[in-house]
Amino acid sequence: MSNMRTINFTLNGQEVSADIEPHRNLVELLQRFDLFGARESCGQGLCGCCTVLVDGKAVSGCLYFAVWVDGKSVTTVESLDAEGVLSIVQQAFIECGAFQCGFCTPGFVLMVHQLLKEHPSPSDDDIRHYLSGNLCRCAAYPEIIEAVKVAARRA
Amino acid sequence: MKQVGREIPRLEVRAKVTGRADYVHNLRLPGMLYGKVARATVPHGRIRRIDTASAQKIPGVHRVIAGEDIRKLIAEPYYGPAFHDQPILALNKVRHVGEPVAVVLASDPHVAERAAQMIAVEYDELPAVYDEVAAMQPDVVVHDMLKPAGTFADLKHLKGRTNTNVALDYHLRRGDLDAAMARADRVVEHTFKTQQCLHLALEPFVSVAEPGDGVLTIHTSSQTPSFVRTEIARLFGWPENRVRVKVPHLGGGFGAKVYVKLEALVAALAVLVRRPVKIALTMEEQFYMITKHPTTFRIKSGVDRDGKVVARACEVFWNGGAYADIGPRVTQKSGFTAAGPYDIDNINIDSYELYTNRTPAGALRGFGIPQLVWAYESHSDLLARELGIDPVEFRRRNVLREGRPQASGTAMKDAAIAQVLDAIAARMGWSKPFDRGHGTMRRGRGIAIGFKASISPTTSVAIVNVSADGSTTLYTSTVDMGQGSDTAFAQMVAEILDLAAEDVRVVHPDTDVTPYDMGTLGSRSLFHMGNAVRLAAEDARDKLRALAAEAGLPEGTNYPPAEIFKKRYGMQAGNIIGTASFVPTYKSPNAQTGLSDNVTPFWMIGGAGVEVEVDTETGAVRVTKLVNAADCGTPINPAIARTQLSGAAIMQLGFTLSEDMRLDGGQVTNASLADYKIPGIRDIPPMENVLVEAEQHSGPFGAKGLGESGTFGVSPAIANAIHDAVGVRITSLPITAEVVLRALRAQAGKPLEDE
Repeated sequence: MSNMRTINFTLNGQEVSADIEPHRNLVELLQRFDLFGARESCGQGLCGCCTVLVDGKAVSGCLYFAVWVDGKSVTTVESLDAEGVLSIVQQAFIECGAFQCGFCTPGFVLMVHQLLKEHPSPSDDDIRHYLSGNLCRCAAYPEIIEAVKVAARRA
Repeated sequence: MKQVGREIPRLEVRAKVTGRADYVHNLRLPGMLYGKVARATVPHGRIRRIDTASAQKIPGVHRVIAGEDIRKLIAEPYYGPAFHDQPILALNKVRHVGEPVAVVLASDPHVAERAAQMIAVEYDELPAVYDEVAAMQPDVVVHDMLKPAGTFADLKHLKGRTNTNVALDYHLRRGDLDAAMARADRVVEHTFKTQQCLHLALEPFVSVAEPGDGVLTIHTSSQTPSFVRTEIARLFGWPENRVRVKVPHLGGGFGAKVYVKLEALVAALAVLVRRPVKIALTMEEQFYMITKHPTTFRIKSGVDRDGKVVARACEVFWNGGAYADIGPRVTQKSGFTAAGPYDIDNINIDSYELYTNRTPAGALRGFGIPQLVWAYESHSDLLARELGIDPVEFRRRNVLREGRPQASGTAMKDAAIAQVLDAIAARMGWSKPFDRGHGTMRRGRGIAIGFKASISPTTSVAIVNVSADGSTTLYTSTVDMGQGSDTAFAQMVAEILDLAAEDVRVVHPDTDVTPYDMGTLGSRSLFHMGNAVRLAAEDARDKLRALAAEAGLPEGTNYPPAEIFKKRYGMQAGNIIGTASFVPTYKSPNAQTGLSDNVTPFWMIGGAGVEVEVDTETGAVRVTKLVNAADCGTPINPAIARTQLSGAAIMQLGFTLSEDMRLDGGQVTNASLADYKIPGIRDIPPMENVLVEAEQHSGPFGAKGLGESGTFGVSPAIANAIHDAVGVRITSLPITAEVVLRALRAQAGKPLEDE
């Protein structure tokens, strides 16, 4: 299981490189950089807990091979509070109580960032459609929908 | 400023939205090995041979360990809260598909996974039993002999019993059932069933054991750190102080992560190889750990002509799977509420926990109550129909009023049953005209209410530490898995010590530091630990006053703590440690009658009202309105309380409409989120969440627990609404479109062919 490959990519704005075997996924790669916000849960790309943005587009980190990010730009939830200031979406999630255990929250937060980029004033249908690939077993869905609306108003 | 009643966000919000919250999943230790479990492929069989040679040969494998290796370390490697029946790794026999048989340890989890697939096990297959009613007959016996743990008095009589699958039989006898049934105007009987489903926390089970100098540290995603410590110490024959259990944030629990799950396994492995060991399950593996009991409930009622229930007989069969876990407690604790929140003079309850060859069943958000409410509230509706009485009115005539004895003989106190019923009826506009739909789209509505006793006997201990600058830290072993206990406790401490809740630091469970708590389960934390926290904060306040007196400060003056410390010790030095334990009074049910006049410290009340649309061509059911109401006493943080109610109801919506763990020849056929559907954001109906005005006089600041109350009424309210819409009665969960369509076609005399 060797076959180490060297990859170069941008991680949250920083140029980085890593030696990694081709069978490892993006979540494992991020863990090497002590980033734990993307979490493998279902392992099938169905729950959204492992959401990461690659070149600005959301991918499931559990299904995305680490070597594929070679030459690309990777953005994780840890980049959103640069300088210690929460993003509008993160702030809205707090105000609306849009999570309980918090395990799925980074995935939702990243998806909502992408949603608001594409639909600045999303309808309920837009929100439900866009977030249908993120699961929350604590079922904070009504509060998440509310948080998206609050964030959209402020964005 | 008043702290109790404030709707502040949870204390840990920042860590959670930034992805920096600490979960066991994040933990990596120097020299750590990853364990991958090889699991049983047959539902019931004697192990003839375990061949680990090819696995051991894979480069990078550190060691392969099977049951007999564990037995060299621990002579009796069986654990469990009610029965010592579960081997750390299978010994001699396997009892369900997916049971752990061996473990591969490697520095790379992928290597361990590949090697685990190379382990070959030969079995002599045995006949298996899957159904709870069939298991009443000892044609197939899952355990050769019953081994109660000794913790619970009412299990002692089962010790050494052979040739049975009954892991607990609970019987309640109140009044004279036969005479009352004979006198009743009408006697109606139904049978209801529930399916096997499971918690599926998005953070699957994960535990790490770290051997150290004279202490074994276990980092684990657990709801019961104190129990883990006691049980691991017992297994090794060590004093408790040689085991340290630490729990950071939990990515969901819902009753799955109680008692011992992976902890005994990682502990034994770490001690055997003298290195840290981590086991993190996959989503699929969660289907082989712990589930919710499937049930069969036969319920029979005698009613008089005024619509008063005069007699009720309940026979409940709980499918506990291969190992008892906490199932026997479910059978008894929930069993005595099986007749519902109704004032009935003559009641028989027979409740049985059965071993079968399925994945074990234990606690899942409601501890058996949702299965019972499903039956008795579906039955209530059918009774009301039979009598031609409006279903809300029928319940009003029968509900237990304040002060009246419940089936067990314990009086209802601070139990807002009628208020919850009224709140649902009001929000549903029950007395107003209702649009019943037309053509192929029919509309209906239904309600249901349920109740639950809290856990007892039980103990909680809390410590409040006021530092010399006046800043305050709370130590408890309560696990905050998102329900908001840290925040609620901080609000209580702040209220008593005149602080802002945000400034109170809450230390997460670490049994070297935080004191004993029975467990974060059964909605017990806010009441039991809440009372301990309140008393500990009051103790700290009293000691601060005493310190002020020692320092010569005049009585009654309101010096800030920092000044008291400075005056007493001449500098910023010292501590005040406030501590308290809370142990409610309790009387065990009588062994013959099952009765007790003090069976619970408080009652939880919850209910739901539902409107549905049923497509008569496809059987598809759409919930168009869901009203959830509960009595949680006086909430400490109403905003968090409402999210608990809402989250519980949505979870139960999944157990009602889609979730179903399917078996074929003992094999789980849908062990993934692709095939086992939990509610997503598109499945959420319009909802209203109502906390009725109430007070729990024995609770901290009038509060009581509510993590489960939102689950109680959802399933039967939906079945009742479907009946109202299209006239068919669904008696088994889940209620899929296919189930409804089959019922509609059968009703029309054109039944669909079987699969």
